Amino acid sequence: MKKHAIVIVGGGPAGMAAAVAAYDRGVTDVVILDREPRLGGILQQCIHNGFGLHKLGRELTGPEYADVYAQQVAERNIPVFYETMVTSVSPDRVVTARNREGILKIQAEAVILAMGCRERSRGALNICGTRPAGIYSAGTAQKLINCDGYMVGKRVVILGSGDIGLIMARRMSLEGAKVEAVCELMSYSGGLTRNIVQCLEDFGIPLYLSTTVVQIHGQKRLEGVTVAQVDENRRPIEGTSRFIPCDTLLLSVGLIPENELTQVCGIPMDPVTGGAMVDERCMTKVSGIFACGNVLHVHDLVDYVSDEAERAGKGAADFVREGKASEGAYLQTKAGKGVRYVVPQQLRKDTGDVDLFMRVTQPFGKVKFTVTAGDKVLAVAKRLKAAPGEMERITLKQALLQDAEGTVTVELEEL
Amino acid sequence: MERKITCIICPRGCPMTAVIEGDSVKVSGHSCPKGEEYAINECTNPVRTVTATVRVDNRRDVMVSVKTENPVPKGSMADVMAQLRKITVQAPIHIGDVVLEDVFGTKIVATKEIL
Ligand SMILES: Cc1cc2nc3c(=O)[nH]c(=O)nc-3n(C[C@H](O)[C@H](O)[C@H](O)COP(=O)(O)OP(=O)(O)OC[C@H]3O[C@@H](n4cnc5c(N)ncnc54)[C@H](O)[C@@H]3O)c2cc1C
Ligand code: SF4
Repeated sequence: MKKHAIVIVGGGPAGMAAAVAAYDRGVTDVVILDREPRLGGILQQCIHNGFGLHKLGRELTGPEYADVYAQQVAERNIPVFYETMVTSVSPDRVVTARNREGILKIQAEAVILAMGCRERSRGALNICGTRPAGIYSAGTAQKLINCDGYMVGKRVVILGSGDIGLIMARRMSLEGAKVEAVCELMSYSGGLTRNIVQCLEDFGIPLYLSTTVVQIHGQKRLEGVTVAQVDENRRPIEGTSRFIPCDTLLLSVGLIPENELTQVCGIPMDPVTGGAMVDERCMTKVSGIFACGNVLHVHDLVDYVSDEAERAGKGAADFVREGKASEGAYLQTKAGKGVRYVVPQQLRKDTGDVDLFMRVTQPFGKVKFTVTAGDKVLAVAKRLKAAPGEMERITLKQALLQDAEGTVTVELEEL
Repeated sequence: MERKITCIICPRGCPMTAVIEGDSVKVSGHSCPKGEEYAINECTNPVRTVTATVRVDNRRDVMVSVKTENPVPKGSMADVMAQLRKITVQAPIHIGDVVLEDVFGTKIVATKEIL
């Protein structure tokens, strides 16, 4: 069996940033395994701009952002196993993978999981009707158009107004398709306001809120969809349905962290995030196994993925050097009123300032977040607005954390 | 005249108001100078960066992603796309390589390495 200090599963932005951070922290025996023939993960198909403003201070497209990190990996001569599919990770950190040469087994001192996420499919939605060609998840269509040069359709309806759906509305329009509508089940869009402006309004594409697709029509090829408004329980309202002719339906209905490897390994999961439960250095509850990026929780901005992955890389490097000694006393975290989840789920209180990441349950106007432990207030943060589509970050100061007791709870109050 | 404008320069998406009086535009609601510049542009000469793809003749990776080096007038986006559809490129291509010169006063550059 081969041996490496740190094995990274997945070479997307998370895997690359983790590898570089671990290496720069002094553990140079790092390898990356990815099933694709190049580094970059999902960014290779995200050809639009808007990446890197926060992290690199300039606005890049997805492939350019990926290339910044791919170069850092190359400069450090970090080995990458391409077209190598990881099939299992054991709790004692044996990573099994297969590629053209056969089966590869590596004993690692630390493993970083960075497998990203995949899209929810039609099957997960239970839309009734026939099963014609012309129905794609938005990300699949994005890959077909941007990487394979295959235009998926001419007349399009998009279900779901998250950022990927909005970006694809613009992309399809630029390529000459007519986007008839973007339908959103919720009463608000999950996407960034800037994307509603530059992807829909710029092209005169209507956004129908509280609306969903209730039926799919067509035998060989999609011929149209029936859409209807929904009530507050998200059930279609009778009498509101109408037919929209189209040859293509794109589904942009959410991302699911790709955690099959994590679950088979027996790593405890957070049912809300769909990712592993981790501490402030991104270590799961199985010692020596770390997780970062979209496999941990879905991020909207790749810049935050890179930040998180750097913490995981440093954490893994420190773990390799210090081993078990790095485990301290833990505080648990909890999502209180108005907050859907908090990552990390637990934290050590004696390791410096700790950033908490969270999403709110619904759109709010002006809000105040309060972080408490027992009867002690650890942090207060005000925001002019908060929305489920935008991840919030709150920093807890070491000085207040070190003698905190009890569960760290984040709640919000609308002002 | 008063116009509500959402800034698209960064993910914060500040809600701004522009008051237009003759040749002058007064902006409020922005959190940084970039927002003000964007709002003034929106009222005078709205521009956008266009990102797209161009076909590669000689590689298994058949598309290279490209962008306008500087933003182009908003109304010219369809024209830019039409010009890109007409051309193909030969690998190797590096990030920043010029794919097309002089498109509405800027260049089209590659955003992906195709080796
Ligand atoms: C369709 C789509 C569009 C998006 N658009 C944007 C956007 O416009 N802006 C933005 O900021 N964010 C966007 N995101 C979010 C984006 O995914 C993240 O910002 C970021 O790419 C996540 O990085 P990652 O490294 O965690 O995952 P990924 O980029 O998904 O990388 C995961 C890598 O792991 C590899 N992998 C997975 N499983 C295995 C295995 N078993 N063995 C070997 N390798 C494996 C994959 O091949 C992949 O290379 C988008 C996401 C999707 C799905
Ligand atoms: S005004 Fe500045 S901070 Fe606000 S969205 Fe625009 S660029 Fe971002």
